[in-house]
Amino acid sequence: MKHIDLKVNGVPISRDVDDETLLAVFLREHLGLTGTHVGCDTTQCGCCVVHLNGTSVKSCTVLAVQAEGGDVTTIEGLARDGVLHPVQEAFHQCHALQCGFCTPGMIMAAVDLIETHPEPLTEAIVREEMEGNLCRCTGYHNIVKAILSAAQVMKPAKTASE
Amino acid sequence: MAMYPVHYNRPVDLEEALRLFTERDDATYLSGGHTLLPTLKQRLAHPSDLIDLSVLAELRGIRLDDKIISIGTTTVHADVAASPIVRQWIPALSGLAGSIGDRHVRHRGTIGGSVANNDPAADYPSAVLGLGATVVTDRRRIAADAYFVSLFETALEQGEIITRIEFPIPDQAGYAKFRSPASRYAVAAVFVSKSGSKVRVAVTGAGAAGVFRAHAIEEALELDFRADAVALGQIDRAALLGDLNGTPEYRANLIAVLVRRALGHLGEARSYK
Repeated sequence: MKHIDLKVNGVPISRDVDDETLLAVFLREHLGLTGTHVGCDTTQCGCCVVHLNGTSVKSCTVLAVQAEGGDVTTIEGLARDGVLHPVQEAFHQCHALQCGFCTPGMIMAAVDLIETHPEPLTEAIVREEMEGNLCRCTGYHNIVKAILSAAQVMKPAKTASE
Repeated sequence: MAMYPVHYNRPVDLEEALRLFTERDDATYLSGGHTLLPTLKQRLAHPSDLIDLSVLAELRGIRLDDKIISIGTTTVHADVAASPIVRQWIPALSGLAGSIGDRHVRHRGTIGGSVANNDPAADYPSAVLGLGATVVTDRRRIAADAYFVSLFETALEQGEIITRIEFPIPDQAGYAKFRSPASRYAVAAVFVSKSGSKVRVAVTGAGAAGVFRAHAIEEALELDFRADAVALGQIDRAALLGDLNGTPEYRANLIAVLVRRALGHLGEARSYK
Protein backbone atom coordinates (compact mmCIF):
# COMPACT_ATOMS: atom_id res chain seq x y z
CA MET A 1 0.00 0.00 0.00
CA LYS A 2 1.25 3.47 -0.91
CA HIS A 3 -0.10 6.91 -0.27
CA ILE A 4 -0.29 9.04 -3.40
CA ASP A 5 -1.00 12.71 -3.97
CA LEU A 6 -1.80 13.91 -7.46
CA LYS A 7 -4.10 16.19 -9.40
CA VAL A 8 -6.91 14.73 -11.47
CA ASN A 9 -8.74 17.18 -13.73
CA GLY A 10 -7.28 19.99 -11.67
CA VAL A 11 -8.56 18.64 -8.35
CA PRO A 12 -6.00 17.61 -5.69
CA ILE A 13 -6.46 13.92 -4.81
CA SER A 14 -4.93 12.06 -1.88
CA ARG A 15 -5.46 8.30 -1.63
CA ASP A 16 -3.98 5.02 -0.43
CA VAL A 17 -3.58 2.44 -3.21
CA ASP A 18 -2.14 -1.03 -3.56
CA ASP A 19 1.20 -0.80 -5.37
CA GLU A 20 -0.01 -2.91 -8.29
CA THR A 21 -3.11 -0.77 -8.98
CA LEU A 22 -3.21 0.37 -12.58
CA LEU A 23 -3.93 4.02 -13.29
CA ALA A 24 -7.03 3.05 -15.32
CA VAL A 25 -8.40 1.06 -12.38
CA PHE A 26 -7.57 3.87 -9.95
CA LEU A 27 -9.46 6.40 -12.07
CA ARG A 28 -12.48 4.17 -12.63
CA GLU A 29 -12.86 2.25 -9.39
CA HIS A 30 -11.28 4.52 -6.79
CA LEU A 31 -12.34 7.90 -8.16
CA GLY A 32 -15.49 6.83 -10.03
CA LEU A 33 -14.28 8.46 -13.25
CA THR A 34 -15.72 5.79 -15.52
CA GLY A 35 -15.35 7.85 -18.70
CA THR A 36 -11.92 6.25 -19.10
CA HIS A 37 -12.65 2.83 -20.60
CA VAL A 38 -10.65 -0.37 -20.50
CA GLY A 39 -11.01 -2.19 -23.81
CA CYS A 40 -8.25 -4.67 -24.59
CA ASP A 41 -6.27 -4.24 -21.35
CA THR A 42 -3.16 -5.11 -23.39
CA THR A 43 -1.86 -1.66 -24.46
CA GLN A 44 -3.32 -1.90 -27.93
CA CYS A 45 -6.80 -0.40 -28.27
CA GLY A 46 -6.34 3.04 -26.74
CA CYS A 47 -9.76 3.23 -25.04
CA CYS A 48 -7.95 4.03 -21.76
CA VAL A 49 -5.92 7.00 -23.05
CA VAL A 50 -5.63 9.86 -20.57
CA HIS A 51 -3.11 12.69 -20.27
CA LEU A 52 -0.37 12.30 -17.66
CA ASN A 53 1.77 15.39 -17.14
CA GLY A 54 0.74 16.76 -20.50
CA THR A 55 1.17 13.71 -22.73
CA SER A 56 -1.17 10.96 -23.82
CA VAL A 57 -0.64 7.57 -22.14
CA LYS A 58 -2.45 4.25 -22.09
CA SER A 59 -3.61 4.20 -18.48
CA CYS A 60 -3.95 0.39 -18.45
CA THR A 61 -0.14 0.29 -18.70
CA VAL A 62 0.83 2.82 -16.05
CA LEU A 63 0.74 2.19 -12.31
CA ALA A 64 -1.28 4.60 -10.20
CA VAL A 65 1.78 5.05 -7.95
CA GLN A 66 3.74 6.27 -10.98
CA ALA A 67 1.33 9.22 -11.21
CA GLU A 68 2.41 10.38 -7.72
CA GLY A 69 2.91 14.15 -7.77
CA GLY A 70 1.57 14.27 -11.32
CA ASP A 71 -1.25 15.85 -13.21
CA VAL A 72 -3.87 13.63 -14.87
CA THR A 73 -6.58 14.77 -17.27
CA THR A 74 -9.41 12.43 -18.22
CA ILE A 75 -12.36 12.85 -20.57
CA GLU A 76 -14.33 14.25 -17.62
CA GLY A 77 -11.85 17.12 -17.36
CA LEU A 78 -12.13 18.48 -20.90
CA ALA A 79 -15.39 20.43 -20.84
CA ARG A 80 -15.25 23.83 -19.11
CA ASP A 81 -18.29 25.36 -17.40
CA GLY A 82 -20.67 23.14 -19.30
CA VAL A 83 -19.12 23.97 -22.68
CA LEU A 84 -17.74 21.02 -24.62
CA HIS A 85 -14.06 21.00 -25.61
CA PRO A 86 -13.65 21.71 -29.36
CA VAL A 87 -12.75 18.05 -29.98
CA GLN A 88 -15.85 16.85 -28.11
CA GLU A 89 -17.94 19.36 -30.05
CA ALA A 90 -16.44 18.20 -33.36
CA PHE A 91 -17.12 14.52 -32.52
CA HIS A 92 -20.73 15.52 -31.83
CA GLN A 93 -21.09 17.60 -35.00
CA CYS A 94 -19.43 15.02 -37.29
CA HIS A 95 -21.17 12.06 -35.62
CA ALA A 96 -17.76 10.52 -34.98
CA LEU A 97 -19.03 7.62 -32.92
CA GLN A 98 -21.22 4.59 -33.23
CA CYS A 99 -21.25 2.52 -30.03
CA GLY A 100 -19.12 5.12 -28.25
CA PHE A 101 -16.85 2.74 -26.37
CA CYS A 102 -13.62 3.97 -27.97
CA THR A 103 -14.71 7.63 -27.94
CA PRO A 104 -13.11 8.84 -24.68
CA GLY A 105 -9.72 7.45 -25.72
CA MET A 106 -10.12 8.77 -29.26
CA ILE A 107 -10.89 12.25 -27.96
CA MET A 108 -8.01 12.29 -25.43
CA ALA A 109 -5.63 11.06 -28.16
CA ALA A 110 -6.95 13.65 -30.61
CA VAL A 111 -6.50 16.53 -28.15
CA ASP A 112 -2.87 15.47 -27.58
CA LEU A 113 -2.30 15.11 -31.33
CA ILE A 114 -3.74 18.52 -32.23
CA GLU A 115 -1.91 20.26 -29.39
CA THR A 116 1.51 18.69 -29.95
CA HIS A 117 1.97 17.68 -33.59
CA PRO A 118 4.66 19.95 -35.02
CA GLU A 119 3.26 20.08 -38.56
CA PRO A 120 -0.18 21.04 -39.86
CA LEU A 121 -2.49 18.02 -39.65
CA THR A 122 -3.63 16.30 -42.82
CA GLU A 123 -5.93 13.31 -43.21
CA ALA A 124 -2.89 11.07 -43.77
CA ILE A 125 -1.14 12.32 -40.63
CA VAL A 126 -4.29 11.89 -38.52
CA ARG A 127 -4.80 8.32 -39.75
CA GLU A 128 -1.15 7.46 -38.99
CA GLU A 129 -0.96 9.16 -35.62
CA MET A 130 -4.29 7.75 -34.42
CA GLU A 131 -3.15 4.16 -35.06
CA GLY A 132 -2.93 3.54 -31.32
CA ASN A 133 -6.71 3.91 -30.98
CA LEU A 134 -8.98 1.23 -32.36
CA CYS A 135 -12.67 1.60 -33.21
CA ARG A 136 -14.31 -1.79 -33.51
CA CYS A 137 -17.36 -0.28 -35.21
CA THR A 138 -14.76 0.79 -37.84
CA GLY A 139 -16.13 4.31 -37.80
CA TYR A 140 -12.78 5.87 -38.62
CA HIS A 141 -13.98 8.11 -41.43
CA ASN A 142 -15.99 10.47 -39.26
CA ILE A 143 -13.43 10.32 -36.46
CA VAL A 144 -10.75 11.61 -38.82
CA LYS A 145 -13.17 14.25 -40.13
CA ALA A 146 -13.93 15.38 -36.58
CA ILE A 147 -10.25 15.65 -35.64
CA LEU A 148 -9.44 17.75 -38.70
CA SER A 149 -12.46 19.91 -37.99
CA ALA A 150 -11.43 20.40 -34.34
CA ALA A 151 -7.88 21.23 -35.44
CA GLN A 152 -9.27 24.06 -37.57
CA VAL A 153 -10.95 25.47 -34.48
CA MET A 154 -8.03 24.95 -32.08
CA LYS A 155 -5.17 25.88 -34.44
CA PRO A 156 -6.60 27.52 -37.56
CA ALA A 157 -3.19 28.49 -38.96
CA LYS A 158 -1.69 25.06 -38.45
CA THR A 159 -4.20 22.96 -40.39
CA ALA A 160 -3.33 22.38 -44.00
CA SER A 161 -6.16 22.72 -46.44
CA GLU A 162 -6.32 19.69 -48.65
CA MET B 1 -6.38 -8.19 -15.52
CA ALA B 2 -5.01 -8.24 -12.02
CA MET B 3 -1.34 -8.36 -11.25
CA TYR B 4 0.11 -10.32 -8.39
CA PRO B 5 0.85 -8.07 -5.43
CA VAL B 6 4.18 -6.34 -5.84
CA HIS B 7 6.16 -3.79 -3.85
CA TYR B 8 6.85 -0.57 -5.79
CA ASN B 9 10.06 1.33 -5.04
CA ARG B 10 10.97 4.87 -6.07
CA PRO B 11 14.75 5.23 -5.64
CA VAL B 12 16.28 8.70 -5.23
CA ASP B 13 19.41 7.88 -7.22
CA LEU B 14 21.22 5.13 -9.12
CA GLU B 15 23.04 4.02 -5.97
CA GLU B 16 19.78 3.43 -4.14
CA ALA B 17 18.35 1.55 -7.13
CA LEU B 18 21.35 -0.83 -7.10
CA ARG B 19 21.14 -1.24 -3.33
CA LEU B 20 17.41 -2.04 -3.43
CA PHE B 21 18.04 -4.68 -6.08
CA THR B 22 20.49 -6.54 -3.83
CA GLU B 23 18.39 -6.13 -0.69
CA ARG B 24 15.09 -7.42 -2.05
CA ASP B 25 14.24 -11.09 -2.69
CA ASP B 26 13.43 -10.97 -6.36
CA ALA B 27 13.43 -7.40 -7.64
CA THR B 28 13.19 -6.20 -11.19
CA TYR B 29 13.77 -2.78 -12.71
CA LEU B 30 10.88 -0.82 -14.18
CA SER B 31 11.52 1.73 -16.91
CA GLY B 32 8.71 2.73 -19.30
CA GLY B 33 6.86 -0.44 -18.28
CA HIS B 34 5.47 -1.12 -21.74
CA THR B 35 6.78 -4.67 -21.80
CA LEU B 36 7.07 -5.33 -18.07
CA LEU B 37 3.59 -4.21 -16.98
CA PRO B 38 1.77 -6.26 -19.68
CA THR B 39 3.93 -9.24 -18.65
CA LEU B 40 2.96 -8.77 -15.01
CA LYS B 41 -0.71 -8.34 -15.93
CA GLN B 42 -0.59 -11.69 -17.75
CA ARG B 43 0.99 -13.16 -14.61
CA LEU B 44 3.95 -14.38 -16.63
CA ALA B 45 6.33 -12.99 -13.99
CA HIS B 46 6.05 -12.58 -10.25
CA PRO B 47 8.78 -10.28 -8.91
CA SER B 48 8.66 -9.24 -5.26
CA ASP B 49 9.67 -5.66 -6.06
CA LEU B 50 9.66 -3.12 -8.86
CA ILE B 51 12.43 -0.52 -8.79
CA ASP B 52 11.31 2.43 -10.90
CA LEU B 53 14.25 3.83 -12.86
CA SER B 54 12.04 6.20 -14.86
CA VAL B 55 11.97 8.63 -11.92
CA LEU B 56 15.75 9.18 -12.05
CA ALA B 57 16.41 12.41 -13.98
CA GLU B 58 20.13 11.58 -14.15
CA LEU B 59 19.36 8.68 -16.51
CA ARG B 60 17.34 10.74 -18.98
CA GLY B 61 18.30 13.04 -21.85
CA ILE B 62 20.18 13.29 -25.13
CA ARG B 63 23.53 14.98 -25.65
CA LEU B 64 26.15 15.32 -28.33
CA ASP B 65 29.72 14.62 -27.18
CA ASP B 66 32.33 14.88 -29.90
CA LYS B 67 30.90 12.71 -32.72
CA ILE B 68 28.90 10.56 -30.29
CA ILE B 69 25.24 10.88 -29.44
CA SER B 70 24.66 9.76 -25.88
CA ILE B 71 21.09 8.83 -24.96
CA GLY B 72 20.13 8.30 -21.33
CA THR B 73 18.46 4.99 -20.57
CA THR B 74 15.04 6.33 -19.53
CA THR B 75 14.69 8.65 -22.53
CA VAL B 76 11.34 7.88 -24.13
CA HIS B 77 10.95 7.00 -27.82
CA ALA B 78 9.00 10.21 -28.55
CA ASP B 79 11.92 12.32 -27.27
CA VAL B 80 14.46 10.44 -29.42
CA ALA B 81 12.18 10.79 -32.46
CA ALA B 82 11.78 14.54 -31.92
CA SER B 83 15.34 15.35 -30.79
CA PRO B 84 16.98 18.04 -32.98
CA ILE B 85 20.38 16.47 -32.20
CA VAL B 86 19.33 13.00 -33.36
CA ARG B 87 17.46 14.38 -36.38
CA GLN B 88 20.51 16.33 -37.48
CA TRP B 89 23.24 13.74 -36.92
CA ILE B 90 21.56 10.31 -37.22
CA PRO B 91 18.17 10.94 -38.86
CA ALA B 92 17.62 7.21 -39.41
CA LEU B 93 17.70 6.72 -35.61
CA SER B 94 15.05 9.40 -35.16
CA GLY B 95 12.89 7.67 -37.78
CA LEU B 96 13.39 4.31 -36.06
CA ALA B 97 12.26 5.72 -32.70
CA GLY B 98 9.18 7.17 -34.41
CA SER B 99 8.36 3.72 -35.83
CA ILE B 100 7.94 2.03 -32.44
CA GLY B 101 4.43 1.09 -31.28
CA ASP B 102 2.07 4.05 -31.41
CA ARG B 103 2.31 7.64 -30.10
CA HIS B 104 1.03 6.76 -26.61
CA VAL B 105 3.52 3.89 -26.35
CA ARG B 106 6.29 6.24 -27.54
CA HIS B 107 5.39 8.63 -24.70
CA ARG B 108 6.23 5.95 -22.11
CA GLY B 109 8.54 3.33 -23.64
CA THR B 110 12.27 3.90 -23.12
CA ILE B 111 15.44 3.12 -25.07
CA GLY B 112 17.09 1.41 -22.08
CA GLY B 113 14.04 -0.73 -21.46
CA SER B 114 14.00 -1.88 -25.07
CA VAL B 115 17.72 -2.61 -25.20
CA ALA B 116 17.71 -4.41 -21.81
CA ASN B 117 14.71 -6.54 -22.81
CA ASN B 118 16.17 -7.44 -26.24
CA ASP B 119 12.90 -8.53 -27.78
CA PRO B 120 13.83 -10.27 -31.06
CA ALA B 121 11.35 -8.06 -32.96
CA ALA B 122 12.14 -4.73 -31.27
CA ASP B 123 13.47 -1.80 -33.31
CA TYR B 124 16.25 -0.41 -31.11
CA PRO B 125 18.55 -3.47 -31.05
CA SER B 126 19.07 -3.05 -34.82
CA ALA B 127 20.26 0.54 -34.36
CA VAL B 128 22.55 -0.37 -31.46
CA LEU B 129 24.14 -3.18 -33.48
CA GLY B 130 23.91 -1.43 -36.86
CA LEU B 131 25.72 1.65 -35.57
CA GLY B 132 28.24 -0.23 -33.43
CA ALA B 133 26.98 1.59 -30.33
CA THR B 134 28.27 1.14 -26.80
CA VAL B 135 25.95 0.08 -24.00
CA VAL B 136 27.11 1.92 -20.87
CA THR B 137 26.08 0.45 -17.52
CA ASP B 138 26.58 1.26 -13.86
CA ARG B 139 29.75 -0.84 -13.93
CA ARG B 140 31.22 -1.08 -17.46
CA ARG B 141 31.02 -0.36 -21.17
CA ILE B 142 29.77 -3.11 -23.48
CA ALA B 143 30.31 -3.03 -27.26
CA ALA B 144 27.15 -3.81 -29.24
CA ASP B 145 28.82 -6.86 -30.83
CA ALA B 146 29.28 -8.40 -27.36
CA TYR B 147 25.98 -7.25 -25.90
CA PHE B 148 23.19 -9.14 -27.68
CA VAL B 149 23.30 -12.84 -26.75
CA SER B 150 20.02 -14.47 -27.82
CA LEU B 151 16.24 -14.07 -27.55
CA PHE B 152 15.57 -11.74 -24.59
CA GLU B 153 19.14 -12.45 -23.46
CA THR B 154 21.97 -9.94 -23.15
CA ALA B 155 25.42 -9.61 -21.60
CA LEU B 156 23.89 -7.77 -18.62
CA GLU B 157 24.60 -9.33 -15.23
CA GLN B 158 22.07 -9.67 -12.41
CA GLY B 159 21.17 -6.21 -11.18
CA GLU B 160 23.26 -4.36 -13.77
CA ILE B 161 21.63 -1.13 -14.99
CA ILE B 162 22.08 0.42 -18.42
CA THR B 163 22.74 4.11 -17.81
CA ARG B 164 23.06 5.29 -21.41
CA ILE B 165 23.68 4.19 -24.98
CA GLU B 166 26.43 5.88 -26.97
CA PHE B 167 25.90 6.01 -30.73
CA PRO B 168 28.89 7.00 -32.87
CA ILE B 169 27.78 9.27 -35.73
CA PRO B 170 28.18 7.41 -39.04
CA ASP B 171 28.82 8.95 -42.46
CA GLN B 172 25.49 7.58 -43.63
CA ALA B 173 22.68 5.46 -42.19
CA GLY B 174 19.28 4.18 -43.23
CA TYR B 175 16.47 2.16 -41.65
CA ALA B 176 13.70 0.13 -43.27
CA LYS B 177 11.02 -1.82 -41.44
CA PHE B 178 8.25 -4.17 -42.47
CA ARG B 179 5.97 -4.33 -39.51
CA SER B 180 3.15 -6.52 -38.33
CA PRO B 181 0.05 -4.35 -38.66
CA ALA B 182 -1.37 -5.85 -35.46
CA SER B 183 1.59 -5.69 -33.08
CA ARG B 184 3.63 -3.02 -34.91
CA TYR B 185 6.73 -5.05 -34.14
CA ALA B 186 9.08 -5.83 -37.01
CA VAL B 187 8.44 -8.91 -39.16
CA ALA B 188 11.87 -7.83 -40.32
CA ALA B 189 13.72 -4.52 -40.14
CA VAL B 190 17.18 -3.52 -41.27
CA PHE B 191 19.55 -0.82 -40.05
CA VAL B 192 22.43 0.00 -42.43
CA SER B 193 25.32 2.34 -41.66
CA LYS B 194 28.56 3.33 -43.36
CA SER B 195 31.55 4.87 -41.58
CA GLY B 196 34.62 5.31 -43.73
CA SER B 197 34.99 2.04 -45.64
CA LYS B 198 33.16 0.00 -42.96
CA VAL B 199 29.54 -1.04 -43.44
CA ARG B 200 27.26 -2.51 -40.79
CA VAL B 201 23.94 -4.18 -41.56
CA ALA B 202 21.86 -5.25 -38.56
CA VAL B 203 18.62 -7.20 -38.90
CA THR B 204 15.89 -7.40 -36.28
CA GLY B 205 12.58 -9.27 -36.27
CA ALA B 206 13.88 -12.04 -38.50
CA GLY B 207 16.64 -13.85 -36.61
CA ALA B 208 15.99 -17.17 -34.85
CA ALA B 209 18.34 -15.96 -32.11
CA GLY B 210 17.38 -12.28 -32.16
CA VAL B 211 19.12 -9.31 -33.77
CA PHE B 212 22.13 -10.18 -35.95
CA ARG B 213 24.62 -8.70 -38.41
CA ALA B 214 24.31 -9.79 -42.03
CA HIS B 215 28.04 -10.16 -42.65
CA ALA B 216 27.88 -11.28 -46.29
CA ILE B 217 25.73 -8.26 -47.18
CA GLU B 218 28.14 -6.00 -45.27
CA GLU B 219 31.07 -7.36 -47.32
CA ALA B 220 29.21 -6.89 -50.60
CA LEU B 221 28.27 -3.31 -49.65
CA GLU B 222 31.84 -2.49 -48.61
CA LEU B 223 32.86 -3.25 -52.19
CA ASP B 224 29.89 -1.50 -53.76
CA PHE B 225 27.60 0.61 -51.55
CA ARG B 226 24.56 0.38 -53.79
CA ALA B 227 21.27 -1.52 -53.71
CA ASP B 228 22.38 -3.52 -56.76
CA ALA B 229 25.10 -5.17 -54.66
CA VAL B 230 22.52 -6.92 -52.46
CA ALA B 231 21.56 -10.47 -53.42
CA LEU B 232 19.33 -13.09 -51.87
CA GLY B 233 22.18 -15.60 -51.77
CA GLN B 234 23.97 -13.46 -49.18
CA ILE B 235 21.42 -14.37 -46.50
CA ASP B 236 21.75 -17.53 -44.40
CA ARG B 237 18.23 -18.96 -44.13
CA ALA B 238 19.20 -21.43 -41.42
CA ALA B 239 19.57 -18.52 -38.99
CA LEU B 240 16.13 -17.07 -39.71
CA LEU B 241 12.89 -17.25 -37.80
CA GLY B 242 9.80 -19.06 -39.04
CA ASP B 243 6.49 -18.14 -37.40
CA LEU B 244 2.96 -17.04 -38.28
CA ASN B 245 4.34 -13.87 -39.86
CA GLY B 246 6.47 -15.71 -42.36
CA THR B 247 8.76 -18.61 -43.19
CA PRO B 248 12.57 -18.30 -43.17
CA GLU B 249 12.46 -18.18 -46.99
CA TYR B 250 9.97 -15.32 -46.92
CA ARG B 251 12.07 -13.43 -44.40
CA ALA B 252 15.28 -13.96 -46.41
CA ASN B 253 13.68 -12.25 -49.38
CA LEU B 254 12.24 -9.54 -47.13
CA ILE B 255 15.68 -8.79 -45.68
CA ALA B 256 17.16 -8.29 -49.15
CA VAL B 257 14.26 -5.97 -50.04
CA LEU B 258 14.64 -4.03 -46.79
CA VAL B 259 18.41 -3.57 -47.19
CA ARG B 260 17.73 -2.06 -50.61
CA ARG B 261 15.01 0.17 -49.15
CA ALA B 262 17.29 1.28 -46.30
CA LEU B 263 19.92 2.23 -48.89
CA GLY B 264 17.24 4.21 -50.68
CA HIS B 265 16.43 6.19 -47.53
CA LEU B 266 19.92 7.10 -46.29
CA GLY B 267 19.93 10.27 -44.25
CA GLU B 268 16.14 10.37 -43.88
CA ALA B 269 14.22 10.49 -40.60
CA ARG B 270 11.69 8.09 -42.03
CA SER B 271 9.15 6.41 -39.75
CA TYR B 272 7.25 3.27 -40.68
CA LYS B 273 3.60 3.51 -39.66
